[in-house]
Amino acid sequence: MNLGRMLAVARKELLQLKRDRLSLAMIMGVPTLELLMFGFAINLDVRHLPAAVLDQAGTALSRELVDELASSQVLDLRKRLVAPQEVIALLRRGEVSAAVVIPPDFEARLQRGDRPAWQLVVDGSDQSVQAAARQLAAFPLGSLRGLPEPSAGVEIVNFYNPERRAPVNTVPGLVGVILTMTMVLFTAMALVREQERGNLEMLIATPLSPLELTVGKVLPYVAIGLVQVTLILLLGWVVFGVPVRGSLLDVYGASLCFIVASLALGIFISTLAKTQFQSMQVTLFAFMPQILLSGFMFPFNGMPQVAQWLAEAMPLTHFLRLIRGVMLRSARLTELWPELLALLAFTVVMLAVAVARTKKRLA
Amino acid sequence: MSTEIPAAIGPAIVAEGLSKRFGAVLAVDSLRLSVRRSEVYGFLGPNGSGKSTTIRMLCGLLAPSAGSVEVLGYRLPGEAEELKRRIGYMTQKFSLYDDLSVEENLQFLGALHGVHGARARTRIDELCELYRLGEFRRRLAGTLSGGQRQRLALASTVLHQPELLLLDEPTSAVDPQSRREFWDALFDLAQAGATLLVSTHYMDEAERCHRLAILDRGRLVADGEPQALMGELPGTTLRVDCSEPRQAQAILARLPEVLGAAQIGGHLRVLAAHGPRRVEQLREVLRGAGIEAEVAPTPPNLEDVFVAATRRRPAP
Repeated sequence: MNLGRMLAVARKELLQLKRDRLSLAMIMGVPTLELLMFGFAINLDVRHLPAAVLDQAGTALSRELVDELASSQVLDLRKRLVAPQEVIALLRRGEVSAAVVIPPDFEARLQRGDRPAWQLVVDGSDQSVQAAARQLAAFPLGSLRGLPEPSAGVEIVNFYNPERRAPVNTVPGLVGVILTMTMVLFTAMALVREQERGNLEMLIATPLSPLELTVGKVLPYVAIGLVQVTLILLLGWVVFGVPVRGSLLDVYGASLCFIVASLALGIFISTLAKTQFQSMQVTLFAFMPQILLSGFMFPFNGMPQVAQWLAEAMPLTHFLRLIRGVMLRSARLTELWPELLALLAFTVVMLAVAVARTKKRLA
Repeated sequence: MSTEIPAAIGPAIVAEGLSKRFGAVLAVDSLRLSVRRSEVYGFLGPNGSGKSTTIRMLCGLLAPSAGSVEVLGYRLPGEAEELKRRIGYMTQKFSLYDDLSVEENLQFLGALHGVHGARARTRIDELCELYRLGEFRRRLAGTLSGGQRQRLALASTVLHQPELLLLDEPTSAVDPQSRREFWDALFDLAQAGATLLVSTHYMDEAERCHRLAILDRGRLVADGEPQALMGELPGTTLRVDCSEPRQAQAILARLPEVLGAAQIGGHLRVLAAHGPRRVEQLREVLRGAGIEAEVAPTPPNLEDVFVAATRRRPAP
């Protein structure tokens, strides 16, 4: 391993990157765009759902309930109905996502407390609406005047994100998603490029070793990855007020481990692909399951056992636990060592397979 | 040139029974080679004759399937890494970086070979001057013309002053003027002490080599000095002048004693196996077909050698 040759490769890689305007723009553009898109669009606190009201009771109390529901702002009660059939029709046409149905014997039901006093009919085809429905199901009817509380509802105490603002959950995860996307892709493509453009034929006739070439080419991307982390954290803080509650050093430590794991994945992919296009395809193939199963999009504990096992083999899963722990729960990296170990194991396995494959190809 | 080792001891390349098999294809078949120091040695052969594969084995990029090779005294493939410091390999396809400038490409290659700092600067200045790249130093390699790229590729190949240069069809993408200049540069290098192995499919280039090997379908079919090869031509070269050269060519090509017949402008150039009264014989055959022709012996050239050498074995 010759440091001079390795650094010569790294320097060359940076020079080429400097001339590649599009890639350069992607390095900064992808994190910025993704952060803004996910930050604003992923908002699980649904507000202003279009809704209809079918008040068959028509008493003062039922009108009070409707007013209370309206003031919660979760529902936008834009339609007053008179017949139950209208509810079905409106839902089917998608004009409303939910309907409040108050039966004629509303007050009697409330008094007896044996049957639910009113119904919230929701469009179950939309997940976010379901989440909102659960929120409303816990609606405290106790505020209605002079009535006994039939069910106190569940009081939800939300640690770490009391305002339940989505960006607080999304931004730390986005650090991982963006790094996965850019790091794996850049490495896989950069390594295959030498081969595709015929430079490798010349390089292997020089004293440059495959290890020096690989490390030299990947080195600039470690730095670029750290720049991206900084950009996401800054934007998350400035635009969405997402805090870093733990140590900044731990955030970068976790990110560095994850960047190295992603680069190892990219190096492995480069041994599979012959062209830059192929490496892009394989990268996408490796990217989707990570996004879906890591716990970034869907709750990890809600997945079937097999999916959870699969997810444990993915670097993003472990990084999400690390970064959420450090950023939101002020955890120390030392407390999260099993996740660090998992990233390390992933890196070692990927590199070992890549080396074995390279050796086989040159023989 | 490098003075670290007692140079010019023994031949630059010695290969015995060198073979390379890719699956079912025998790309190089029991090649025997001997290249002397400071000579320009040619590899002449059609596409697919095993020129590139042989060069790649001699550089240590490919491990031979069988046979022994010693290049500059290093046994291959075992000592390939040591060898790589002393050779320069110019690939068939331009393999420098299109998105780096002339200077950056040279600096990078220099760094890979351990040519740094002031030594690199002097050497790059020298090479830019020698190969007329001075005014393009800051131009991206991708924007250079074919001839300029060729000079840049040569400059990057000789940057670390290698003892042996292996050039794989270096002039296949350049115009005739650039080819002549390029060959002048090669002879300058040979004169300075470097050994050069150049593959080509141009006869005129092969003729300029000190010695050459003719390869066909992975086998060495002839080797030696161009003049000697022409002298030892196992046949007679004849010039046939007639009014219907196309028909005459078709008739002559069918004769077993004719090894090859090609139309050159208005006349035919025929390579025939040695034989008494060959001139009269061909004239008779043509007259029999109703074609009046002048047939006369003409001095052989390298193309005749090539045709004769590659004719000997029937196609598989």
